[in-house]
Amino acid sequence: MTARTETRLWLAQRGSAAVLALCVAVHLATLIYAVRGGLSAAEILSRTRGSAAWLGFYLLFVAAVTVHAPIGLRTVLREMTAWRGRSLDLTMLLFGVLLAALGLRAALAVFA
Amino acid sequence: MPDERTLEVRVWRGREGGHFQTVTVPRRASQTVLDVVSWIQRHHDATLSYRFACRVGMCGSCAMTVNGKPRWTCRTHVDKVAEGDTLTVAPLANLPVVKDLVADMAPFFDKWAKARGRFVPESDAPREFHTVRPDTRERQAADAGIECIGCGVCYAACDIVRWNRDYLGPAALNRAWTLVNDVRDTGNDARLAAVAGDAGCHACHSQEGCRTHCPKQINPTASIAGLKRATTAAALKGRL
Amino acid sequence: MSGASTSGWPARSHRGYLAFAVHRLSGVGLALFLPLHFLALGTALNGEASLDGFLRWTDHPAVKLAETGLVLLLAVHLAGGLRLLALEFIGWRDWQKTAVAVTAGFGFAAGLLFLLNLGL
Repeated sequence: MTARTETRLWLAQRGSAAVLALCVAVHLATLIYAVRGGLSAAEILSRTRGSAAWLGFYLLFVAAVTVHAPIGLRTVLREMTAWRGRSLDLTMLLFGVLLAALGLRAALAVFA
Repeated sequence: MPDERTLEVRVWRGREGGHFQTVTVPRRASQTVLDVVSWIQRHHDATLSYRFACRVGMCGSCAMTVNGKPRWTCRTHVDKVAEGDTLTVAPLANLPVVKDLVADMAPFFDKWAKARGRFVPESDAPREFHTVRPDTRERQAADAGIECIGCGVCYAACDIVRWNRDYLGPAALNRAWTLVNDVRDTGNDARLAAVAGDAGCHACHSQEGCRTHCPKQINPTASIAGLKRATTAAALKGRL
Repeated sequence: MSGASTSGWPARSHRGYLAFAVHRLSGVGLALFLPLHFLALGTALNGEASLDGFLRWTDHPAVKLAETGLVLLLAVHLAGGLRLLALEFIGWRDWQKTAVAVTAGFGFAAGLLFLLNLGL
């Protein structure tokens, strides 16, 4: 990986962090509010079912996390273990794909 | 009545696979760690190797690890750092050991060169003198980091240096930043490319080990943050 | 390189190190939790009752405590991240010295609010 690519990865991580700052703030506020008096599927789904706004929000959230988490994990593993190079990069990419797939599935699950 | 207090000093002997030697040293008022090391070499064991030069806190040669922290031993009073009556002195961390308390500074300065920490003049002599006003943002940024004497304390304190063998380190990056802000310098394209990436400024996680330990109160974390901004601008403009 | 071998485990007591450690640990924790979180929400695909069944399982106090922990991790990772973004992009300011304390404060406040709202 060239220094140029590594810089771009770092930028993507910081950029997605900025997006996540907003998403997480909304998410934290929502769940702290929603958890009052217990949490039920009906409560969650009554908010998200058929709501284009919530779907859009969660898709943005998933996209940002898919970029942010694997890049972060890659750095942690490179520094704290002996693992580095192509195999690590590919594994982190796959982790990103997994997050995207599961996240998309989850977003659609509460929308449909 | 003479001061009969003593200090128990564990001092590193040998290379990486060496050991600690314990010596009992007379304790004196206003004693520095350098005084202690010098006493050991002069009165106890002439084979102890260590570095010092000015002994007044100007050259940085006497930097060692004292009770786990990198310090200038000539400016470290025993009373301030001794744990009871014990002291542990070892060579600077994150560098190969030459012998005993002497660390090999070559990797430190190699990285300085890798970070392009060298002034690059214009190829032709300028027609006019460059006006470098002291109150400009660039000059203030450069001035904040210019006092570095390359003692290696920040390098020894840095966790990223410990975890990432290729990381250029706080001193080299700080120097690069002072040059990025030097309006007379013409080497910034190559310099920004040199300090970008996993071995460069982007590996810094702002733990501030460097700033905490720098004996000249320089803030390499801030300089490295500046490099992050400069490389971001260059990358976005397609110039990296 | 020598490092830990000659001088023992390096002394790390400064504020910036604590902020880094918390940020890194919370990040790893969240990254590992996330796939599970998505899977849990995905149970709604099998109908509302399926998600409800899962949520009933989370009624257990130990799970509620774990959830509070996760909220704490999220809040503290967010706050620590904001501190980093400010440090890196706005540049050094004197008030940033207290940013670590503010980060911790925000994290704990969020966790506490969650705990209170749970009714525990």
